[in-house]
Amino acid sequence: MTSETLPYTSYLKEKTGIMSWLFTLDHKRIGLMYLYGIVAFFLVGATLGLLMRFELLNPGKDLVDPHTYNQIFTLHGVIMIFLFIIPSIPAVFGNFFLPLLLGTDDVAFPKLNLLSFWLYVLGAFFALATLIFGDGPADTGWTFYAPYSVKTGTNVTMSVLAAFILGFSSILTGLNFIVTIHRLRTPKMGFNQMPLFAWSLYATSWIQLLATPVIGITLLMIVAERMFGIGLFDPSIGGDPILYQHMFWIYSHPAVYIMALPAMGIVSEILPTFSQRTIFGYKAIAYSSMAIAFIGYFVWGHHMFTSGMSGPAAYIFSILTFLVAIPTSIKVFNWVSTLYKGSIVIEVPLLFMLAFIFNFLIGGLTGLALGALAADVHLHDTYFVVGHFHYVMFGGTGFAFFGALHYWFPKMWGKMYNKTRAYIGFAILFVGFNILYFPMLILGIQGMPRRYYDYLPEFTFLNQVSTVGSWITVTGLIIIIVNLIVSGRNGKKATDNPWNGITLEWQTKSPPPLHNFDKMPTIPERGPYDYPNAKRG
Amino acid sequence: MNHTFVLPNSGHNFDAKASKMGMWLFLYTELLLFGGLFLVYMVYRSMYPDEFLLASFNLNVWMGTFNTVILLTSSMTIAMSITALQKGNKKLSINLMWITIAAAIGFLVIKYFEWGAKFDHGLFPGMDHFNALPTGERLYFYLYFFMTGLHGLHVIIGGIFILFVISGVKKGTVTPERYSLSENAGLYWHLVDLIWIYLFPLFYLIH
Repeated sequence: MTSETLPYTSYLKEKTGIMSWLFTLDHKRIGLMYLYGIVAFFLVGATLGLLMRFELLNPGKDLVDPHTYNQIFTLHGVIMIFLFIIPSIPAVFGNFFLPLLLGTDDVAFPKLNLLSFWLYVLGAFFALATLIFGDGPADTGWTFYAPYSVKTGTNVTMSVLAAFILGFSSILTGLNFIVTIHRLRTPKMGFNQMPLFAWSLYATSWIQLLATPVIGITLLMIVAERMFGIGLFDPSIGGDPILYQHMFWIYSHPAVYIMALPAMGIVSEILPTFSQRTIFGYKAIAYSSMAIAFIGYFVWGHHMFTSGMSGPAAYIFSILTFLVAIPTSIKVFNWVSTLYKGSIVIEVPLLFMLAFIFNFLIGGLTGLALGALAADVHLHDTYFVVGHFHYVMFGGTGFAFFGALHYWFPKMWGKMYNKTRAYIGFAILFVGFNILYFPMLILGIQGMPRRYYDYLPEFTFLNQVSTVGSWITVTGLIIIIVNLIVSGRNGKKATDNPWNGITLEWQTKSPPPLHNFDKMPTIPERGPYDYPNAKRG
Repeated sequence: MNHTFVLPNSGHNFDAKASKMGMWLFLYTELLLFGGLFLVYMVYRSMYPDEFLLASFNLNVWMGTFNTVILLTSSMTIAMSITALQKGNKKLSINLMWITIAAAIGFLVIKYFEWGAKFDHGLFPGMDHFNALPTGERLYFYLYFFMTGLHGLHVIIGGIFILFVISGVKKGTVTPERYSLSENAGLYWHLVDLIWIYLFPLFYLIH
């Protein structure tokens, strides 16, 4: 499909000046601003991770003292979770592409969308301000467990308020997406004709909406406890710290699916495009997203098996945890079946998705080991847990994020990236990632606890392998990011539909005009992935 | 510059249903925000039932009852103001909203005296008398101050929301044909009311 040569102005050039960006109501510009912010914080978080790995190069002190190490891993966690991974895919690609995928020109509440962005900026300011104000950044871990979070002299109050404000931003984004999906789909597009990324955002938004307030109130209780002595969690003045853990995980476990579900939506978009065939099991993938969101509410107790919990409660939480694996593997089987007999075109976005499936499989299966009661007692709070969630979060969501960035890059900036460098960057990242995190799984089984700046001498070799892996990973990341920046400036002009995709965003120009569509987009008759040339049956 | 074409399903259209849906979703988040607190209340009350009962005798049931009546009445006046607006009677609608705001202020004044009495009796965290209380009674007061305090904050936010609607009606952005904002303020006000309907028995009428 070649683009018409009619002159048009893209959303990037429609208005100029810094104010036209900072106070824009255009979902695409808001998405881009989120992208720049989120990638910047990702790099800050990655640098902190690199510092930690450097400290762990040898037993004993290499670089920082124990207290600083505690602050580093807390700030790493807070930044990576609240500033990078929770907003990453929904706020960037959700904002940019949800209206395009639905065939509309904006989200339902454009002003609210801008407000969410500014709340994100404010929250980021609070998180980083702890570096300057008070007695340094929190040293509690990102979980802010009471009673330590109430007693420590570090600036927990500001970190907690940062998480509260970012949660509010996340709630408003979710609210906006739900209403957008209900009200703004192009005429004739029913729920079951929506692209699967929209479905996964829909499931995610409900979690954002219904789970985030619980962490909000819990964090406010921590603030009230620190400021007014409202001792709801500190046992020395009345409260129960285990109750804090429950309240925290009631949100923070569903939050894991806020991070994972949008990534699964990305996979479901990219695989059909590069297989040039319809997705296998559309409804199964769509509804399994909703099932994951639903079951995800009832499994929080598996973070607390060792905190003291009755036997029956532990069995029930364990069984429910295993149930999550069912809709998740339904998705994986459907993705693999989508590739089967497809006309596969190997491109960088597809490689990222295959890496996602590989990493996510390791992340998911190690998660089952942790969900099993007997194994968890051994593995709880070891490096196995650290390895597990980095496989899911970085290996899963992080890879999906970069895959999506490559997939939609031509649409967002109208340029094509340098493919050779993208291949190299991807390969180095994938190898480095596995060298970085796989040793952690082994270290955990051997019994190395997490969150210590030191370790026993017998763990030295694997820690050094992991640290070398961190250098390779960062090299890959730098190549990928530099390649995208350089290509965004000097890359070849991209066509409107470089991947021969058929979802609606490919029917408009690259980059799209301000109002997205200059004519009514047409939806394929037999569902969103009905490739005309694909073999049927 | 071909911008003459506008999608029928544009996000920039006025959509009363969307705005109402958005408000309802926001109310869910508010319910869950307080839901977390109700959960904490439930846990601690089941742990210390007797001490919760004992502590509740420190509250003034009559003041609480009076506040309940005030809030219920204000819910009625805001509902009437929406109907008045829909029927085109702007002046009545604005007056009813002012009455609602007056009720909100009345509620907060009574709350001020209630809290003030607790301070006078040394019943605030950190005070000597308070620190000498048994654990269950202290937890009761932690929750009392936190929950009624947060609710009071919502009363203030609700009042400000209604002020916006009043100015909207005066400026002509909220009209008998476009009354979503007024309806949303009403919904929010009912939520504030509803949460009090639960707080009142949980703190004042325990037995």
